[in-house]
Amino acid sequence: MNKQMSMLCPKASRVIRRISTSSLRCDSQPQPRAKSAPQQLVGVVGLEVHAQINSNTKLFSGSSVRFSAPPNSLVSFFDASLPGTLPVLNKRCVEAAVMTGLALNCTINRKSLFDRKHYFYADLPSGYQITQQRQPIAVDGTLTYSLLGGTKRSQVIRKTVNIKQIQLEQDSGKSLHDDLRSQTLIDLNRAGVGLMELVMEPDMSCGEEAAAAVRELQLILQALGTCQGNMSEGQMRVDANVSVHKPGEPLGIRAEVKNINSVRCLARAIDYEIQRQIEVLQRGQTVQNETRAYDSKSGETIPMRDKEGLQDYRFMPEPNLPPLIVYEDNASLPTGIDACQAVVVHKIREGLPELPGVKRDRLVQTYGILPEHSFTLVNEDGLVEYFEAVMKVTKKEPRKVIGWVTNELLGHLKEKDMSVSHRFFPGEILNGFHPEGLIIQAI
Amino acid sequence: MSVISIAAKRGLSLKIIRPWCNLLTNSASSTRVTCLWSSTKVPEAATWEPVPESQLPPPVQVPADLVDKLERLALVDFRTKQGLDCLEKAIRFADQLHVVDTSGVEPMDSVLEDRALNLRGDAVVEGDCAEELLQLSKNTVEEYFVAPPGNIPLPTREERTAMLKHSEF
Repeated sequence: MNKQMSMLCPKASRVIRRISTSSLRCDSQPQPRAKSAPQQLVGVVGLEVHAQINSNTKLFSGSSVRFSAPPNSLVSFFDASLPGTLPVLNKRCVEAAVMTGLALNCTINRKSLFDRKHYFYADLPSGYQITQQRQPIAVDGTLTYSLLGGTKRSQVIRKTVNIKQIQLEQDSGKSLHDDLRSQTLIDLNRAGVGLMELVMEPDMSCGEEAAAAVRELQLILQALGTCQGNMSEGQMRVDANVSVHKPGEPLGIRAEVKNINSVRCLARAIDYEIQRQIEVLQRGQTVQNETRAYDSKSGETIPMRDKEGLQDYRFMPEPNLPPLIVYEDNASLPTGIDACQAVVVHKIREGLPELPGVKRDRLVQTYGILPEHSFTLVNEDGLVEYFEAVMKVTKKEPRKVIGWVTNELLGHLKEKDMSVSHRFFPGEILNGFHPEGLIIQAI
Repeated sequence: MSVISIAAKRGLSLKIIRPWCNLLTNSASSTRVTCLWSSTKVPEAATWEPVPESQLPPPVQVPADLVDKLERLALVDFRTKQGLDCLEKAIRFADQLHVVDTSGVEPMDSVLEDRALNLRGDAVVEGDCAEELLQLSKNTVEEYFVAPPGNIPLPTREERTAMLKHSEF
């Protein structure tokens, strides 16, 4: 593999030697282009993120949303799709979708429609999923994320990815495969939970960019409180659509990669898939339009079982749900409408909390710390609050405190496998980790 | 085109037109309605005509692989040639909609389009009925529903015909 890559672009040989151990470095380092080198294939990555809405009840029914509970105990008659049941939309889910749309600079559609997406699978009891394909609740947004690049990974490079749409949809149940007895056990606790599907345009080119974008999205959703963003618990699921092409030429055939359980797996899976597709094309074969699963143990993507070819979902408007109307401000509310029936965008916009990007800029402005340190602070849950509390009581310079926080404090926490938010309250003495106490010791 | 002229074009008997005439004229004269027969609004003969073939688009032939695909996606069995003929006739019947000019008109997909969508508060009111739901299923394992390991592909047409040979349908 290395030999083939070095044939394509000799000047990039330094980077190539590291492919087997770390991820492909894309545009984070400016590389001098050799005029005589042929155009090499580059990856194109588009992400589809399914974020579970942080609400008490499901999207269309009044049953509870909890991570672990006895099987099938959080299932209402509607979730089990018993005949005679009808969907009733959850207001909190609409507000969450509008909040997320506003945080990502989307245009909120005043009127959005629900559709049915039909496919057969045991964990989808009704045989269709209620989603918003024709007219989703939010469209045309941007997600700004940053990569740490440069020679010492200290240069902050800002990138944006366009968000095509955000739509509300139902989650399916969970299936546990029992290969021994050749059966599948179905748990419908998750069936009907509200999801926000964020469809991103294929603006990214490698695993590192995708990982940074997803991390930023995770932080935004956690700051908004609309999704807890825990990928390992399945609260946020990411599928990657990967293809390769020569720059300037039309996009290649894409393969979808599923079963990605963490941000790191995402980067590795995408890089593996880009590499695999490049090799397929170099062998003279064509890339199949298929769904592949990522195996974290081997680091490879393998084709998934179903060979049904292109699925035809037979989208149809959901007949049981009238259009969803969202109002811009109180002035545009129709007369006689109940306040608890109206979702007002203006109010939600005013109630938006401080987003991670804004927080970082504020930290850099207020304390004069380096941008990359602001990343470290915002990345850890609760660390910003801790840092600001420390800054209130200390007379030391912010940069020194940062140095201590990143090296000593985070090192200690990692050793003891603790996290900031769980243990540290400003001004409290806990296990000898009082902020003032530690500062006196360390600095 | 007025109702009367349409009726005349259809060759309707004028007897029937008269009550309509009275309805259309000034309500003051409604007291003079002559009812020689019961004033039913239902006409004696059909007042509509099937759309002439010339106005319809060319008839659709449903190819065999499309039929297979429909059977797989919708789990509908078209069974014999008769079933397929029925499908093609149904499509032909629906083709009459092409005569209507819908340019600039938004399609309606729900009669509830004027109603506001009812929004529910985020409080838990349902659930906790695992026993009831599991009773509905023949095959359960420790509070889980049991399903086959994957989607069972639809048997091919020949296999299905063999399976259903003795069926009464």
